[in-house]
Amino acid sequence: MTDTAALPADWRDILALTKPRVMSLVVFTGLCGMLAAPQLPPLALGFTAILCIALGAGACGALNQWYEVELDAKMRRTASRPLPAGRMDRQSALHFGVGLGAFSVLLMGLAANWLSAALLAASILFYVLVYTVWLKPRTPQNIVIGGAAGAFPALIGWAAATGEIGALPLLLFALVFLWTPPHFWALSLFVRSDYAAAGIPMMPVVAGSQSTRRQIFWYSLPMAAVAVAPWPLGLTGPLYGLATSALSLVFVVLAAAVLANRATEPSQMAPEKRLFGYSVLYLFAVFGVLVADRWIAW
Amino acid sequence: MQEEEVVRRQRERARIMAWLLGAFVVLLFFITLAKIGLGT
Repeated sequence: MTDTAALPADWRDILALTKPRVMSLVVFTGLCGMLAAPQLPPLALGFTAILCIALGAGACGALNQWYEVELDAKMRRTASRPLPAGRMDRQSALHFGVGLGAFSVLLMGLAANWLSAALLAASILFYVLVYTVWLKPRTPQNIVIGGAAGAFPALIGWAAATGEIGALPLLLFALVFLWTPPHFWALSLFVRSDYAAAGIPMMPVVAGSQSTRRQIFWYSLPMAAVAVAPWPLGLTGPLYGLATSALSLVFVVLAAAVLANRATEPSQMAPEKRLFGYSVLYLFAVFGVLVADRWIAW
Repeated sequence: MQEEEVVRRQRERARIMAWLLGAFVVLLFFITLAKIGLGT
């Protein structure tokens, strides 16, 4: 074997350490949180705030991969990542993650405000310490509580723009928080063997597929209610209300299809794969229509 | 062979770092202008 870890890491591997695909969703929700706020910061400050959210998410990805290198090596889905594949040494990943996280928080504080910097710091610490280190290897509720980490960006975007926290960003926080379990449990149903092999107590591994399917369905109901809530509360207009009602109805129908499925083989889990794919589209669409409602229709 | 690869990667990373530092300086310039505009 070539000692690739002795080489300086390739920039593509450093980029992969930040989980760019996860980062794109985080940046999108953060940007929408900012654009939905009643006032916008100057372009340079708004851009910097979104950049800091992206860098913070990158730091979370790097520290997550640094901590989970042994677990990643056991799962097919993650075995080719830079650390388990031996293309990068752990120490570099740790230094990169800590440095990037600290830099993002400081820059956010200096460019936007210290409330958004504190929220960014809290989200990084929550994701790394509470979710990755504490919850994920210990409890099937890891995704439920850990979902809070992914729910922060919309709150941070709003706080960066306004310097305060309002009812709408709190509802957006609750939406992402309640969206996370159905999203990840749909995935974990069809990659269950991977999680079992790595010894991660994901819901399907611990409670079984049917119990997970029931919980996916039950979580989708309050998630849909929270998604639509800003409309009757007068925080958004009818464009958001009607579009989100339709999008959420489809989500619940797809969750019901998952509930009705009895398959145990991933090849027969089309409803689960459909729900997982739709859940990503759903979040993009709800946040997109929120911004459209704020800037076009209301 | 290994040494050549080390040098190649170091050069590539140094080039990227130079671009990032340059971009950071430009960003700080615009942040400063925006802060002055806000009077903070």
